Amino acid sequence: MIATIIPQFCSWVENTKMAAAIRTSTWMFPTIETVHVLAITLVVGSAAMFDLRLLGLASRDRSITEMHREILPWTWASFACAVIAGFLMFSSDATKYYEDVPFRLKMLTLLLVGINTAIFEFGAFRGVGGWDREKSTPLAAKLAGGISLALWILVVGFGRWIGFTKQ
Amino acid sequence: MLQSFCNWLSNTPVSLKIQTVLWIIPAVQTIHILCISIVISTMAMLDLRLLGFTGRTQPISRAVSRWVPWVFWTLPVMLLTGIILIIGEPTRELMNPYFRAKMIMVLVVFLITLLVYTRNKDAAYWDKRAIAAKFAGSISLVLWVGIITAGRWIAYY
Repeated sequence: MIATIIPQFCSWVENTKMAAAIRTSTWMFPTIETVHVLAITLVVGSAAMFDLRLLGLASRDRSITEMHREILPWTWASFACAVIAGFLMFSSDATKYYEDVPFRLKMLTLLLVGINTAIFEFGAFRGVGGWDREKSTPLAAKLAGGISLALWILVVGFGRWIGFTKQ
Repeated sequence: MLQSFCNWLSNTPVSLKIQTVLWIIPAVQTIHILCISIVISTMAMLDLRLLGFTGRTQPISRAVSRWVPWVFWTLPVMLLTGIILIIGEPTRELMNPYFRAKMIMVLVVFLITLLVYTRNKDAAYWDKRAIAAKFAGSISLVLWVGIITAGRWIAYY
C-alpha cells in the first residue's frame, strides 16, 4: 500500500503551485537550502553538545537536566525549521527525491534518530535523578549519546550525498 | 593572473584526483559542514550570552572560556577541508564573488573572536563592558549566518 501511496503523494505535491514556484524561481531554492543548512548545523551542533555530555566527554561540570533544559529546546526549534525547509525542497522535485537512494537512507536515519531519542527520553532519562551530576553516566545514557552522534553524522553525510546523486 | 593560477592548479595530479574520485568532494564537504555545525552552535551560545539573551546564570568570562576553544580546533579542519575543495575546483571557488565575500567574513569574525578571547584574560573584562559585548556578539552572529549563506550560494554562481 505504501508503495503506491508515496509515489501518488510525490506527484501530487510536485504539481502544486508552491512546488512549481520553487522549481522555476532562480533564488527560492538556494534560499530555502540556506535556511535548511543553517538549521541543520544548529541541530547537529546543539545535539552534539548534549550527546557529548551524555558520553561524559564535555560540559562535565553541568548537570544532565540543566543541559537538557537549556540546549535541547534549541535543537527542537532548529529541527522544525530544517523539516519545513527540507519539505519545501523535497516538494519541488518530489518523485526524483523519493527515487534517490541517499535521500531514502537519510529519511531512514532520521527515523532511527527518533527511535533512539524516544528510548532515551522514556527510558534512561526517567532515572536521571540518580546520576544527574555524575561525570560518568550509566551505559544506557552513553549508548544513547554515542548512537545519536553517529546517526547525526550520517544524516549530514547522506544529505550532502543527495546533491551528487539525485537525477 | 588568478585565473591562470586556477587553470594551472586544476591540471595538477592532486586536483585531477579530487575531480575524478567521486566520493572525495561529498565526503570532504560533509566534514566541512560537521565542523561548521560545531562552530555555529558554540558561537551562537557565546553570542547569545554576549547579547545577554541566554545563560545569564553564568558570567560572560565562563561562556568565553567554555565555547571559544571549540572554534580554535575546528578552524584548522575547516581550512584544510576548504583547501581540498579549492584544489579540486579552483575556478569555481577562487573566481566566485560569494567565496570571496565568505573569506572576508571569516577573517573579520576570526579577529572579533580572537579579541573576545584575549581580552577575557581579565576575567571581568566583558562583564564590565555590556555594550561592547553586545556589539561583538551581534556582529559575530550576523557574520556566521552570512558565512553559511555565502558558502551555500557558491554553488549557484
